[in-house]
Amino acid sequence: MSALDKPRATNPTHLSRRQRARAEARPWKGPLRHYDIIKEATIAFVVVAGIAVILAALFSSPDDPPVTLRQWATAQPAGFTQVALSELEGTSTSATYGPPFNNGSGSVQWLGPISLQKFFGVSWPVHPDRSFVLDPLSTVPATPPLTSAMRTWESASAKQKSGWTGAYDKAVGKLRLSASIPAEVAGAGPVPEMLSSLLAMARSGALDAALVTHGSFYSSNYTNAIMFLGDSATSQDHSYWNKIVTAEHLQGSQWGVMNETGSWPGQPWLWLYSMWYQVPPMSTSGNADILVIGIMTVLSLALLLLPFIPGLRDIPRWVPLHRIIWRQYYRERPD
Amino acid sequence: MPIILPSTQPAAHGHLLAAAFNLNYPDHYLHWGFIIVSVANLVVIAVLIALFIAAMAVPFLRPRPVPSPEAPEPEPDRRSGAAAAGGRTWTGAVRRVGLRFLPPAKLLPDHQPAYVASWAYVFGVGTLTALVVVVCSGLALAFEGPAWWHLSSAGHFVNSVHLWAVELFMGFMTVHLWFKFWMASWRGRRQATWITGVLCFLVAIFEAFTGYISQTNFDSQWIAFEAKDGFASGGIGAFINPMNFGQALMLHISLIPAAVLLLVAVHVLLVRVHGVAPPIDARPEDLGSGEPDLSDKATVAG
Repeated sequence: MSALDKPRATNPTHLSRRQRARAEARPWKGPLRHYDIIKEATIAFVVVAGIAVILAALFSSPDDPPVTLRQWATAQPAGFTQVALSELEGTSTSATYGPPFNNGSGSVQWLGPISLQKFFGVSWPVHPDRSFVLDPLSTVPATPPLTSAMRTWESASAKQKSGWTGAYDKAVGKLRLSASIPAEVAGAGPVPEMLSSLLAMARSGALDAALVTHGSFYSSNYTNAIMFLGDSATSQDHSYWNKIVTAEHLQGSQWGVMNETGSWPGQPWLWLYSMWYQVPPMSTSGNADILVIGIMTVLSLALLLLPFIPGLRDIPRWVPLHRIIWRQYYRERPD
Repeated sequence: MPIILPSTQPAAHGHLLAAAFNLNYPDHYLHWGFIIVSVANLVVIAVLIALFIAAMAVPFLRPRPVPSPEAPEPEPDRRSGAAAAGGRTWTGAVRRVGLRFLPPAKLLPDHQPAYVASWAYVFGVGTLTALVVVVCSGLALAFEGPAWWHLSSAGHFVNSVHLWAVELFMGFMTVHLWFKFWMASWRGRRQATWITGVLCFLVAIFEAFTGYISQTNFDSQWIAFEAKDGFASGGIGAFINPMNFGQALMLHISLIPAAVLLLVAVHVLLVRVHGVAPPIDARPEDLGSGEPDLSDKATVAG
């Protein structure tokens, strides 16, 4: 019988948990070995730093450039215009999102009767019609047709605006994403002029800048630009951004949370978080995010408080991997 | 117009030419039922499992034993000498408490229990040293500003060191966590050591996340867009907006690393104060008494 599977007759397994804890808390009185903590730390640092430098030299790191509205509007003019129209008429995912961006309810999630999202309210106001369309258009050098169109839009009633956007939607809503948009649409009022101007602005790159400046010289907040782009990802399966993301396996349904562009490793430590999105009911639920957060919060608390959870804390005693780890001790200190 | 995938575009500063292996091509993905995993992530996971197994299987360096247990360090005299110096001052009180719980021989030991002779114990110091590399490379990136690494080969190389040091840090910490679980290292009133370690792991995940959304590239753009839903749903979105690059970067380089470093410091000090947990079912005499203390009337547990 090897030392690994030999029962230890004199071990303190007959003690209560508290007695055992008291014994195991005492300073160690058994055999000692020499140890040089500074030497060990120095050697470890040199080895680990060396490995990091070697890995960096061998494999570099990913740095794909961000997608711009300019690229999107150039590749998919009709797709861009369809999304811009939804921003103007207030039907996009961003426009109907809900807290923390606005008072909509389209993306509000519930855990049973509780919505933490609603509880904390709006703290980063986003109003897509104004922030994504009207404000950027107001920065375009004035031309008589655009100035007139903007004035007409601003002074129109909600019913009038709805009629115009509805007529325009009929004309461009069914176009292929990469198609060109019509210059004129009967019954659409100022909308064709406004959205063709916005498209031109986007294709020039000016919209990318307008969405991040917020009227200030400095800015470090990309909320508007990312949400505008993101509305294409949520409303058009084959949008410019979606195609790239899908090709890179970054969609949530592709375990994208833990993936990386190219062939680099991503965040494999998020495998469990990512997994919950793939299984029912989360895979089909509109409350997937809060459900996954709820599960991971419970699991994280269980890991944190594991020393106090009967059963879980006893697993290491039941599965004797420790007999391999400390085999030298058990061999040299037989009963 | 055809869509050009960013990953197929040549990098402006040619850093990829400098790397020995070009990983800038679409990865291979493996599918098992509902599981999808990239080869790169699978390799990382396999390496961690291999390290875990190897650390158990490979004999440790032959230890140099200490002939006999050395005399315990004398308790600092509370009435005289260095410990007592300072009288009733606050400074003196703090020094006395420090010396009581963490005398120099515990803080910077030159011997340790013989059972620590195992590769299982190297992942803690591996995690710490990887953290030092992460911090140093991060400081270099911070000094030059967030655009530097996109524009220069030197900057990109430092970013690469930062990324791989993070992979090492998280990887070593994961294996360290596995070992501490299987060794039940919370035993002997070491629960606070376990809790601070798990907190380090959880906060480090959030630190890595804010790093990913601070990259100002395709990754950060998409991750920020996806993450906003999770943040919003949990109410955290009212306070942290992942699409706000300025906020994400500030969190990544100040508040969260401060939290990680503080937790790591407390964790390491707790390890030094309490020592590493003894082997499960260690001999009673090795635990400080020939006869175990049976005064406790608690119920006998299995």
